Amino acid sequence: MALVETSEAAGPASAQSGYWSGVARRLVRDPVTMICLGIIVALILSAVFAPWLGLADPYKGSMIARLKPLGTEGHLLGTDEQGRDMLARLIYGGRLTLFIGLMPVVLAFFVGSVLGIVAGYAGGITNTVIMRTVDVFFAFPSVLLAIAISGALGAGIVNSLVSLTIVFIPPITRVAEAVTSGVRALDYIDAARASGANALTVIRVHVIGNVLSPIFVYATSLTSVCMILAAGLSFLGIGVRPPEPEWGLMLNTLRSAIYVNPWLSALPGLMIFVTSLCLNLLSDGVRSAMNVRD
Amino acid sequence: MSATETTTLPDSPEDKGGPGQALLIVKDLRKYFPVRGGIFGRAQAMVQAVDGVSFSVEKGEALGIVGESGCGKSTTARLLIGLTEKDEGEIIFDGQGLGDALSLRDLRRGVQMVFQDSYASLNPRLTIEESIAFGARVQGLDDPVGRAHSLMSRVGLDPARFASRYPHEVSGGQRQRINIARALAMSPRLVILDEAVSALDKSVEAQVLNLLADLREEFGLTYIFISHDLNVVRYISDRILVMYLGEVVEVGPVDAIWSRQAHPYTRSLFSAMPSMDPDNRTKTPPLSGDPPNPIDPPKGCRFHTRCRFADSVCKTKAPRLMELPQTPGHLAACHLHDPASGHPKAGQEGLA
Repeated sequence: MALVETSEAAGPASAQSGYWSGVARRLVRDPVTMICLGIIVALILSAVFAPWLGLADPYKGSMIARLKPLGTEGHLLGTDEQGRDMLARLIYGGRLTLFIGLMPVVLAFFVGSVLGIVAGYAGGITNTVIMRTVDVFFAFPSVLLAIAISGALGAGIVNSLVSLTIVFIPPITRVAEAVTSGVRALDYIDAARASGANALTVIRVHVIGNVLSPIFVYATSLTSVCMILAAGLSFLGIGVRPPEPEWGLMLNTLRSAIYVNPWLSALPGLMIFVTSLCLNLLSDGVRSAMNVRD
Repeated sequence: MSATETTTLPDSPEDKGGPGQALLIVKDLRKYFPVRGGIFGRAQAMVQAVDGVSFSVEKGEALGIVGESGCGKSTTARLLIGLTEKDEGEIIFDGQGLGDALSLRDLRRGVQMVFQDSYASLNPRLTIEESIAFGARVQGLDDPVGRAHSLMSRVGLDPARFASRYPHEVSGGQRQRINIARALAMSPRLVILDEAVSALDKSVEAQVLNLLADLREEFGLTYIFISHDLNVVRYISDRILVMYLGEVVEVGPVDAIWSRQAHPYTRSLFSAMPSMDPDNRTKTPPLSGDPPNPIDPPKGCRFHTRCRFADSVCKTKAPRLMELPQTPGHLAACHLHDPASGHPKAGQEGLA
């Protein structure tokens, strides 16, 4: 790929694009990853374009059409305990569930990467302060921490986002710090420092490109956990509040109907399962596609 | 801009002190590394990595630094370029003291370094051209890419073929030539070569050594050449500096040291060197064992624990670096050469 004869100026971006095009090529050749990617993209698209799909109103219930089984006329996936269309609620529920399932990881990826790279590059006292603070959060199991923070902040979408972001910053910081300290010890960082570049330039040009892919891969593996945690918070009633459609909350409210119509109650759980499985397989695929040599 | 037409590298920092001023003077350089332990990570002990090293390098000279592993060669190199902060001592570059008239950034304009591990010293995510141009870009020199290309052709790598390759796509010898070009891209006057050819196989080593010798002549460069290979040091250097346990034990012109090693340690180093001459077989036994722990170096002369000539005075009094009366410019730190030291064999020629 590098045998192209070129004499014009090429910025650091060209190295990145060469690398990423290789990653993309390997990803396309991996059928499992591509199927998972397809499912995730379909879920995201249907969630985003839900109002234009001609679905029933997800909030409008009917006292006479409660807990209709799957395949009922007009309600392909049946109705819930208040007679609301399940298909509409599942697709609309994807909006919130995917948002609070993915957004915390995205936020934590940025915050954690910055903290970890700074800690790993600076070392010494800066490292100690950042990493010991992070360790405090590690003392709690993530589920407990999420429940505790959400409980303290109160129910609501924004508070769920905040608590889940806080839960995922420590592990990402850890990984970022470990990878960065490894890169920091290499001679090319010394060579760059010896050329008179300041810390920011060295981090921008020489550190980020070499640490971001392992951090990114680790973060993608957290998305499935985050989905489940977010659904769990709603299930416990400290996440999204009714009547908003959300898979975890739906799982909770349909729990009592499990003896009446078990398939119906399983649907939100099935959505959570499929999404988190696909995210997991996708992150595995991305990880192997990013492994260039070693 | 073609580098081959100029006598110095383009945009090289201008000469300030004149030809008589040594390019680099190091005075009493000291670096102790704390050994941390215990619950609170307090310093439990100090590794005396570099302890009172003084030397100077003239303009256009090549100074070879030799010594065992762990004697402080590489730490000295890192101190000189500011990668490790010195505890004490002065670094004077072309008449300007680091920290006084000279900032670290300016020092790094004039001094560059080539590392031993050719692969670890190149960013795997940057193309060769970007790696070479990086320093020039950081220093704000004009046309970093053109500079990179001309240096690539100077070190024998065709820019058209190699500019957009990545480090893992070229061989070890080519990588080390890239590292040399990278160091030269900032137009330094002093290049520190820290075991720069040690990891290369012999034929490639010879090529790189010849390249280094040519570049030095062409651009009027000054080298500090660190190696454990005496033959390589002899080939490239004008003077040799021998280090033992963080101290300078002997320094002098290559020929003077080659014909007569004044310090017993230097002699042991030379006797450990395989000889190709049947008339010059190894007779004195080479050193055995490891050097003493630099955390708690021996009192007096640091070499006395392994020295064949050690006497009671060596255990109490540390010898000073003194010029040998017979050969000017040749200095050694050994009581054997100081008649006033009190060593019973002091001054007896032929023994030491």
